[in-house]
Amino acid sequence: MDYKNTLTTCVYCGAGCQIYVETIDGQITGVWPAKTHIISEGKLCIKGWNVTEFVNSPDRLKTPLIRKEGQFVEASWDEALELIASKLGAIKNESGPDSIGWLASAKCTNEENYLMNKLARAVIGTNNIDHCARL
Amino acid sequence: MTNSIPEFETDTNCFLIMGSNTSEGHPLIASRIMAAKEQRGAKIIVIDPRKTQIAHLADIYLPFRPGTDAAVLNGLMNVIISEGLEDKAFITERTEGYDEMKAAVAPYTPERVEEISTIPADKLRAVARLYAQSKPSAIVYAMGITQHTTGTDNVKSCANLAMLTGNMGVAGGGVNPLRGQNNVQGACDMGGLPNVYPGYQAVTVPEVQKKFQDAWGSTSGTKVGLTVTEMVNAVGDGKLRGLYVMGENPMMADPDLNHAYHCLEQAEFLVVQDIFPTETAQLAHVILPGAAFVEKDGTFTATDRRVQRVRKAVEPPGEARADWEILCQLAKRLGASGFDFASPKEIMAEIAKLTPSYAGISYERLEELGFLHWPCPSPDHPGTPYLHKGKFPRGLGHFHAIEFKEPAELTDEEYPYTLTTGRLMFHFHTGTMTRRSQKLDQEVQQAYVEIHPDDAAKIKLNGNKRVTVASRRGQIELDVRITKRIKPGIVFIPFHFAEAAANALTNAAIDPVAKIPEYKVCAVKIEAVQGVRA
Ligand code: SF4
Repeated sequence: MDYKNTLTTCVYCGAGCQIYVETIDGQITGVWPAKTHIISEGKLCIKGWNVTEFVNSPDRLKTPLIRKEGQFVEASWDEALELIASKLGAIKNESGPDSIGWLASAKCTNEENYLMNKLARAVIGTNNIDHCARL
Repeated sequence: MTNSIPEFETDTNCFLIMGSNTSEGHPLIASRIMAAKEQRGAKIIVIDPRKTQIAHLADIYLPFRPGTDAAVLNGLMNVIISEGLEDKAFITERTEGYDEMKAAVAPYTPERVEEISTIPADKLRAVARLYAQSKPSAIVYAMGITQHTTGTDNVKSCANLAMLTGNMGVAGGGVNPLRGQNNVQGACDMGGLPNVYPGYQAVTVPEVQKKFQDAWGSTSGTKVGLTVTEMVNAVGDGKLRGLYVMGENPMMADPDLNHAYHCLEQAEFLVVQDIFPTETAQLAHVILPGAAFVEKDGTFTATDRRVQRVRKAVEPPGEARADWEILCQLAKRLGASGFDFASPKEIMAEIAKLTPSYAGISYERLEELGFLHWPCPSPDHPGTPYLHKGKFPRGLGHFHAIEFKEPAELTDEEYPYTLTTGRLMFHFHTGTMTRRSQKLDQEVQQAYVEIHPDDAAKIKLNGNKRVTVASRRGQIELDVRITKRIKPGIVFIPFHFAEAAANALTNAAIDPVAKIPEYKVCAVKIEAVQGVRA
């Protein structure tokens, strides 16, 4: 049996409480507030206590999907990424970089937001990047 | 936030909370505020159209007409100046533009503000005195301040008030927006905005262009890009041919849902990278399965600029991949170099090189210290829990002369109620995650509208439990909750529910600077649906 506690940060609000995610053999079995953390101090709100519940939802997306004739069809990563790259490349060539837009995410990590920013600005060459938090 | 959350418990003597349902939106920040009251007798003032939980615990609670925030803030400053409670030394040494601001607030006497906002003049005076005389005082706000056509003005007015009383650059004071989502701060810090590169380095500045040209080998030029609202419109017009959406649900978050649907439905090429098949993903051409926070490594930046680690505890399901890996793979397929990162730790090293406020942040230091508040300009810098100590980044703090403007849509005979929206304790933003969490979803499963008993009588509810709420843009049907928490003439709908989305009603009129839609105020009419009994 592989029992682990991983210290990480709650994904709900901007208070940034830290939690231990308890796992047994790669499955989440519990959440514990970090006692020594400056915000959580051993406490969490109801969202924090249940923060991993959505992770195992049956609704999770598990494979890339491509819409074909109105239906979503499972696809390989190769096929999906190749389609996106060729489509974005073609749009950029025909209509210029500013004909493509990017929405970064208040739920993804800093590193991921940085990469999307670099991809939009350095690779495509557009400043059309924003996130939904102003909404 | 100019200040950090722990200072609320240890330093703040007075909280002025506006437009933040703190107990429900940010429970563990609210508990700091309560601890300050219990342990040190700190005072709590809540100004909100709705009597939220924290309003029940406040020393002074003032309900007011939604959308009149700038008038109320000007009124507070008017009282402080006319009673000589301003911090004269701070104003002389650290600010500019005082005389213009003073002239602008002069007409906002408490009596005039009472006419505009419905807040009694003597109550406004009491609040102004308490805030000005309890230093350090902290202004705390959330989307209630920013989601207006005048959002930028409201934010500047908050800064005016804090500077006027010398509450900037001190522990426990400041202007403190509470970010709704966990990493809004980080998404902005990392350049997820159309006008700035990471670290708020403006695209319009030639030296910044050169810096990123040197680092990345290519840049996006000095033309400011489109905001999210503009992008959605441009997709509808066919001007934006491709849209790539990572971990967001703009369909549900957009102020005018029907319009957003109509626009995104026309997208020539829409890519959605997410963990769930969201309403937006339904319209996509390609959907990519990303990883949830427990399935990847990285960092989040909390609302008080606190950078903390996110650590992988489990594997993503099926073929799903970490979002940073997906972006690297896509960049390589587009023929780009500079995306050969083996881990988020290496990405952070590049961020630190290019982002002055993150320059001293590394995984090694986060491992050792647990967190760092930016600005953290060098590897030996301890981080900055509160900003503007001794000096503002631009030198002197600038007072802005702000005039109150009415919300874009007012009530009239046909649409006699003011609708305001907000969040609930148990749900989160557009509900994509919480509504898939059984324990959270069972707390509040259905959308509802809160109305005052007098209004319930007016619409002849007669014991029926459902109503239709309609604005000039759309209509929804939902349950009614009759409550004195809300003032007559005002109704409240939480915005987490897809089947009765409050955003089908709200106004897409946007603040001209921040481009934030006016979620908090629009005009609606309400009719009872006959035959569904309570
Ligand atoms: S535990 Fe609650 S208060 Fe803490 S970050 Fe999560 S949602 Fe926010």
